[in-house]
Amino acid sequence: MKDVFKKPDSFFDEFSRSAGVDKEATHYCPGCGHGNLHKLVAEAIDDLGIVDRTVFVSPVGCSVFGYYYFHVGNVQAAHGRAPAVATGVRRALPQSIVISYQGDGDLAAIGANEILQAANRGELMTVIFVNNAIYGMTGGQMAPTTLLGQKTTTTPYGRKVANEGYPLRVSELLSTLTAPVYIERCTLEDSKTIMKTRKAIRKALEYQISGKGFSLVEVLSPCPTGWEIEPLASREWLTKNMVSVFPPGVYKERTDAEPRTMEPLKVLNAQEVLGALNMSAGPDQRATSIPPDFPTHELVLAGFGGQGVLLLGQLLTKSSMTEGKFVSWLPSYGPEMRGGTANCHVVVSRKRIGSPFVPRPTLLIAMNQPSLEKFADSVRPGGMVVYDSSFVKTASIPSHVTPVPIPFSEIANQLGNAKTANMVAAGAIIALTGITEEESFTALIKKLRKKELIETNLKALAAGRESALALGIQVAGVGIH
Amino acid sequence: MSKELLKGNEAIVVGAILAGCRSYFGYPITPASEIAETAALLMPKVGGTFIQAESEIGAINMVYGAASCGQRTMTASSSPGISLKQEGISYCACAELPIVVVDIMRGGPGLGNIGPEQGDYNQMVKGGGHGNYKVVCLAPNGAQEMCDLTMLAFDLADTYRNPVAILADGFIGQMMEPVEIPAPVIDLPEKKWAVKGTADTRDNLVSSIYLKHDDLEAQIHKLYAKYSEIEKTEVRFEEYRLDDCEYVAVAYGIVSRILMSAIDEARDAGIKIGMLRPITLWPFPNERLRELSRHVKGMLVAECSTGMLIDDVKLAIECSVPVRLYSRVGGNIPSATELGNAIRQLQEELP
Repeated sequence: MKDVFKKPDSFFDEFSRSAGVDKEATHYCPGCGHGNLHKLVAEAIDDLGIVDRTVFVSPVGCSVFGYYYFHVGNVQAAHGRAPAVATGVRRALPQSIVISYQGDGDLAAIGANEILQAANRGELMTVIFVNNAIYGMTGGQMAPTTLLGQKTTTTPYGRKVANEGYPLRVSELLSTLTAPVYIERCTLEDSKTIMKTRKAIRKALEYQISGKGFSLVEVLSPCPTGWEIEPLASREWLTKNMVSVFPPGVYKERTDAEPRTMEPLKVLNAQEVLGALNMSAGPDQRATSIPPDFPTHELVLAGFGGQGVLLLGQLLTKSSMTEGKFVSWLPSYGPEMRGGTANCHVVVSRKRIGSPFVPRPTLLIAMNQPSLEKFADSVRPGGMVVYDSSFVKTASIPSHVTPVPIPFSEIANQLGNAKTANMVAAGAIIALTGITEEESFTALIKKLRKKELIETNLKALAAGRESALALGIQVAGVGIH
Repeated sequence: MSKELLKGNEAIVVGAILAGCRSYFGYPITPASEIAETAALLMPKVGGTFIQAESEIGAINMVYGAASCGQRTMTASSSPGISLKQEGISYCACAELPIVVVDIMRGGPGLGNIGPEQGDYNQMVKGGGHGNYKVVCLAPNGAQEMCDLTMLAFDLADTYRNPVAILADGFIGQMMEPVEIPAPVIDLPEKKWAVKGTADTRDNLVSSIYLKHDDLEAQIHKLYAKYSEIEKTEVRFEEYRLDDCEYVAVAYGIVSRILMSAIDEARDAGIKIGMLRPITLWPFPNERLRELSRHVKGMLVAECSTGMLIDDVKLAIECSVPVRLYSRVGGNIPSATELGNAIRQLQEELP
């Protein structure tokens, strides 16, 4: 014999998760629309054959106990956050079907941003939005959808435009977005409108199953307890008062939306992961030969934004790293970067590095006047101040440090590329301090993608070296021994 | 070449991907933004998800959703953003979801500034959200640890089904250091409890609701049984020059790095001081500190907060020896010279 009326498979036979004594009945009040709607959703899940794939997300509100009833994967969510939670679920499980079942306080007030953004991203999910113009679970407070003049426990004199504004029309609002594929508002007034709602829910789920995109069905639903109206009269109240403010209808439908593929996530093996990162695992195998008297160099490099001082610092750090030295690079970050000046701290040592922060450098590289003024006094006695004499015209440098003026920018200009001033500086620093081998630095330059840049930079590096050597400065002793 | 020069923030994402994390949900904030940027770059290359969420709240709830499905997932932010995530972290703790949250601390309270600070100690180590729960809190002090401890964080999160935090500061996040790349983790633990959108997981439920008082009490007791196991087995710390020490200094993150320099100088000057650096801020190395307290004259706590770490040190040793505080805040960090002076003062006071 064929069952003509049975409990949907996607409902539990017995509501054993319910905190209530009666495991047969729902926790909903008599006349509440959630019961109707749960059944419509459950039947759709059954008929569309998605019961095993479905994940039901229930945020705070009367329907937070969706997991009492729906025998599908269940995730309970914080107030308003169901669309964000559903996004996480959907992205982790590309082949699932995700239903976010939300009330009006949840979706239209505290979670207004989450629903707006999930809809705008076109998340593959179906939202069932229950609009009963009131907060049910917390005991009848005003919702964004509460009607003008409607009395609630927090609008005891009736909702007033001057104090609370107008009822929020969610379907209209979301239908202005490009991404959603289907948005319809239905009602639960009578059997005819309930059948229409039934159809809309199926359609919404079908849009998700076919991978076309975000769908939402708003359902005007009675809340006899919150409204303090008898169950039967509440359906009439809905027809009389809500339907004109929230007109039912299809607000958006994009039948031609391009379906997305929903492949299961690929699991990569170790080689594929490292390949994707372009890295190789394991301990460093390179032989290191750091001279036993190699001192600890603590550098401050500073200049205008765009002069490449951060990159210069990084390259010196990286070059020293390839020689097996201990290194650290610390930038100034944030708004300072936008103020036109930039600086970084570099430490290179044969020993493990404690502080990467350099308040007293052994070497200052100042690419402009303000940098020199800011940092010259901080240089340690016996240290060195290397500065771009193309920009620095009046240098007041403490007598206990060695000043090294080199016109980095002018040299770079003569070579035909002003941007290589930092490479000219690199050549000079390496020649003056031996912080790294020029060979190691050259190897880094040779890895650049653009061939013509390699040539230019190598020339700049050599020019920097020659300019430093030409000064004939005695450099032994720079750094902390 | 097997060493990479990475920013701490980049190393976190590399560690996460090596640990099998395949989704990142985040919101930009200085000085943590490189984490989101690196995830945006790398996640698609390993078939993972990157979403720039609408808000910190959106991000933590996306993490909640992905973790519910058994995926290794994470988010990161800096101090004010972490405040916004706290509700979601509390939900994850109650629902026993393994998630990883990174906090690259900056100056607060309020908008504060973007300088490095450690003012989030209490909000991360003590569990900044509502209710009775704890978060395992790892405190890296360099780029290598940003990578390694992120990998560990995912393992701990899965083992204990609990949120794990990485607590670092702006300097540790921004600093570049060489990182040796660990081997990728391929065989991830099976999660039978997860909602997977499959026939055999239809009975699974991820929830933080325990309507009956007795049920919630039982759940909290279950969490705390787990926490007591964590306190027994997961304490991690580093000892630096503690042999024959007469004084112990305690610090984590960037301050521990500067303290190392100060301790070297103090040792050169004949002061017998070493450092105990907690790597897990919770569980805290109580026992080791207690042992040390029996042999030393006094302790120094250095922190970029107004005296939060020092509370845990005093509790651990039950104030059995004097503990002094050296604190800088507001985005300032102590120099090695300042810490050296603090060490000398400690010695003068407690010869």
